Amino acid sequence: MTMNSTAIATDAVIEQDIVSSNSVYKTNQLNLWYGANHALKNIDLDIKENEVTAIIGPSGCGKSTYIKTLNRMVELVPSVKTSGEILYRGRNIFDKSYGVEELRTRVGMVFQKPNPFPKSIYDNVAYGPRIHGIKNKKILDEIVEKSLRGAAIWDEVKDRLTENAYSISGGQQQRICIARALAIEPDVILMDEPTSALDPISTLKIEELVQELKKDYSIIIVTHNMQQAARISDKTAFFLNGEVVEYDTTDTIFSNPSDKRTEDYISGRFG
Amino acid sequence: MRQSVQEMIAQSKGKKNKQVLEKIIPVILFLIASVSVLTTIGIVLTLIFETVTFFTRVSISEFLFGTTWLPFSNKDAQFGIWPLILGTLKVTAIAIVVAVPIGISAAIYLSEYASESVRRVVKPVLEVLAGIPTIVYGFFALTFVTPVLQSFFPDIKIFNAISPGIVVGIMIIPMIASLSEDAMSSVPKQIREGALAMGSTKFEVAWKITVPAAMSGIVASVVLAVSRAIGETMIVSMAGGSTPRFDGDFAGSIQTMTAYIVQVSKGDAGYGTTIYYSIYAVGFTLFLFTMAMNLLAGYVSKRFREEY
Amino acid sequence: MRYIEQQQVVKRMNGRKIINSIFKGIFMLATLLALLALVILLYRIITQGAGHLSLDFLTNFASRFPEQAGIKAALVGSLWLMAVVAPTALILGVGSAIYLEEYAKRNRVTDFIRVNISNLAGVPSVVFGLLGLTIFVRALALGTSVLAAGFTMSLLILPVIIVASQEAIRSVPGELRDASLGMGATKWQTIVKIILPAAIPGILTGSILALSRAIGETAPLIVVGIPVIIQFLPSGVMDTFTALPMQIYDWSSRPQQEFQVVAAAGIIVLMAFLLFMNSIAVIIRNKFNKRY
Repeated sequence: MTMNSTAIATDAVIEQDIVSSNSVYKTNQLNLWYGANHALKNIDLDIKENEVTAIIGPSGCGKSTYIKTLNRMVELVPSVKTSGEILYRGRNIFDKSYGVEELRTRVGMVFQKPNPFPKSIYDNVAYGPRIHGIKNKKILDEIVEKSLRGAAIWDEVKDRLTENAYSISGGQQQRICIARALAIEPDVILMDEPTSALDPISTLKIEELVQELKKDYSIIIVTHNMQQAARISDKTAFFLNGEVVEYDTTDTIFSNPSDKRTEDYISGRFG
Repeated sequence: MRQSVQEMIAQSKGKKNKQVLEKIIPVILFLIASVSVLTTIGIVLTLIFETVTFFTRVSISEFLFGTTWLPFSNKDAQFGIWPLILGTLKVTAIAIVVAVPIGISAAIYLSEYASESVRRVVKPVLEVLAGIPTIVYGFFALTFVTPVLQSFFPDIKIFNAISPGIVVGIMIIPMIASLSEDAMSSVPKQIREGALAMGSTKFEVAWKITVPAAMSGIVASVVLAVSRAIGETMIVSMAGGSTPRFDGDFAGSIQTMTAYIVQVSKGDAGYGTTIYYSIYAVGFTLFLFTMAMNLLAGYVSKRFREEY
Repeated sequence: MRYIEQQQVVKRMNGRKIINSIFKGIFMLATLLALLALVILLYRIITQGAGHLSLDFLTNFASRFPEQAGIKAALVGSLWLMAVVAPTALILGVGSAIYLEEYAKRNRVTDFIRVNISNLAGVPSVVFGLLGLTIFVRALALGTSVLAAGFTMSLLILPVIIVASQEAIRSVPGELRDASLGMGATKWQTIVKIILPAAIPGILTGSILALSRAIGETAPLIVVGIPVIIQFLPSGVMDTFTALPMQIYDWSSRPQQEFQVVAAAGIIVLMAFLLFMNSIAVIIRNKFNKRY
C-alpha cells in the first residue's frame, strides 16, 4: 500500500489522483453470512480501473451478493454479517468512519430491473446531483444533457424530458438508470445483471454502451450470460458456491481455463 | 469548463446537517409512533382511576351483581350494571339477527355468483352504507323505522330495542359482507374449479367448499361486528330510550351502556359526583366487552385459519 | 353393475339445479335488501329536509324557532374542527407509519406497537370521549375548545390513518428505495424525495376517508361536553364551538315535529360535506394511479 491513509480519510472524495496503483477495489479475505448461511467465503479479488470486470457463475453462487457488498447495499438485508476487508481506492469500506453515503456517491449502481423513479426523465437524472446539494438550474441542465448523452439516449428523449420515465420502453428506462448513475460522475459503476429483464436489441445497446463507458469509468458487471461476459469484459471472475474459483483475463477464462469447474461451467455442463 | 460534479458535491454545504438529521429523525418518529401506545395507556389508566374512585362510593358487589340501575334517585340511588348490559345485549342480538344472514348472503353472492361488473358497483355502494355517520342512522331509526314498526305492531313504544337493533344491524351489514367476502375470495380458485369440474352447482361449491374453507374469516367478521354493535352509541341513544330495565321486553324503552354515558354527558352532572364517576365504571365495562370481542376475533382468525 | 346410474344422476340434477337457483335468488335478494336500505334512508332524508334547505339555513345561527334555525355555527365549527384534526392526525399517523415501515426493527417493542394499533381501532368512540374529557378538557384544562375536541378526534382516527399510510408505503417498490440509496442518498432523503411522493395518493385517500369519519362522529363530542346553542363563531382554536352532528342531534331530539325537518336539512348538509370529501379521495385515487 503506497498511500497515506489519513490523507485519504480527510479528503476521501477527490483522492483519485494520488493513487499510484491502478486498483479500484481490493478484496481481502471477505466472508459474508446471511444469518447462518455462509454466502461468501474467503474472497480475494483485485479489480483494476478503466476495465470491465465480469462476474459470472450459476445462480446462488454469490455473485450478486458480492457486487452489492462493494457499495454496502447488501447491508439492507437484516442479519448480514461480514468479515475481512474491501479496500476501495486503498480505504477499507467497512471502516466505521467511512459513511455509506460517501461510498455510494463515488460508486454508482445499475440494477437488474430498470427502476426509474416515478418522476420525469429530467428529475430522474437530476436526482443525484440535487440530493448532493447542486441546485443551480443551468448546471443541472448541463449535467442532465451530458449524462443522457453518456448513456446514449439523449437523442431519443431530448424532446420529452418532462415526461414520466415510465412512459418509455424498458430498454430506454435502463439507459435512463445508467444516465442517472452517471450524473454524479462516479468512479466505478456496478451493474447487477443489467440486461436480464431486457430484449435482445436493448441488450445489445447496453453492451455497446458499456464498451463506450469503460474509457471513463471502471465497470464491474454481474451477468448470468457467459456470451455477454465474453463479449464485453476484460477480466472475468468465476464464482461457485460463494468462492472465487478462477479470476483471470476474459480471454484466458474462456479459451484456456485452469480449473476443471470453470471449464465445465463455460462449456455449459452445469449452471 | 466547469468543475467536476464530484468536486461540487464535495464543496456543497449541509453535510453535517444531513448527518444530524439522520440521527434525530428516527427518534422523533419513534416518539410519534408511541402516541398510539400512550393513547391506549391513557384510556386504560383513565378508566381504571375514575372507576376506582367510583368504587370508593359504590360497592363493587352492588355494581357487578345488582339488577337495578337508578342513578338519579336522590335518596335511593342504585348502581347495578345488569340493566345496562341487558339493554346493550338486546340491541346487539337484534342487530346480529338482521346483519348476519344478510351480510353473509351478500358476501356469498358477491364472491360466488356476481360478475366482475356487478361486484365493481355493489361493493363501493355497500361501503357508502358503512360511511354514513351514526347520527344519520339514529335519526332514521327514530323518524322512520320506529313509526313503520308501530304501524304493524301497535304495542311498540316510541323508544324500544327493536328499531335501533334493526338499524344497528343495517349499519354492520357492510362490515360482515366485506370481511366475509375477503375471506371467501381468498379461497384459491383451483379448489372451486375442482368442485365445479365434477359437476357441482355453484350453490354446492359455495355451501360445501367455500363457506367451510372461509369459516374462520366469516366468524371473525361476525365477532368484530358484534363488537361494533356493542360500542354503537348514537343510534341507541336516539331510538332506544333511557329506561334501564332488567326484563325481557323488547318493545319498550331500554338503555344501553353507551346511551347512559351520553345521557349523563348531556346533562350537567357536576364534576366529582357519584354520577360523574359512574360513566367511567360503565365505560370501563363497555371497554372490557369490546376488547374481549376484538381479541376473540383475532384469536378465531389466527387459530382456525385454513391452510391452502 | 355400475355404481353410478346416469339416469339417477340426471333425475337428481334437476333438483340440484332448482336448489341452486333458489339460493342464488335468496343471496341476490339479501344484497338488494342492503342496497334498498341505503336508498330508503337517502330518499327519506332528502324528501324530509330538502324543503328547509336555503341560503338562510346556511347563514343563520341556531334558533328557538324552527323556521329561522340555521346551521352557520355548526358548519363553521366543523371546519374549525377539521383544521385541528387534519394536521394533527396526519402528522401523527404518517409519522407512525414511516417509523413502523422504514425504521422499526423487528422486535417486541415494534410488535407491541402494531398489536396496540389494531386494538385501538376497535375501541368504541364514546370511550375516546371519556379519554378526551379526562385528559384534554380537565387535566390539560383546554375546556370544551376546538383544540380539546380536535385532539380527541385525532386520536380516534389515528389507527385508521396509520394503517392506510403503512399500506401505501409498503406498496412502493423496494427497487426505488435501492436506486435512491445506491446513489448515496441518506435514508431520510430517500423517504422524503422518493417514498413519500410515491405513497402520497394512498395516504391521502385513506386519510380523507378517516377525516370524513371524524366529521360525522357525535358521541365523543357529547362526552367531551361540546355545547349546542352557540350564537357566535369561534375565532381561535381555544374557543368553544359546536359541530354539524351535535347540532343535528340537538334538533332531532326536540319534541316539536318542525325540528325534525330542520334536522333532516342538517343531515343533507353533513352528507353533502362527506360526499364532497369522498369525491376528492376518489379523484386523487384515479389521478395518481401510477404504474411502476
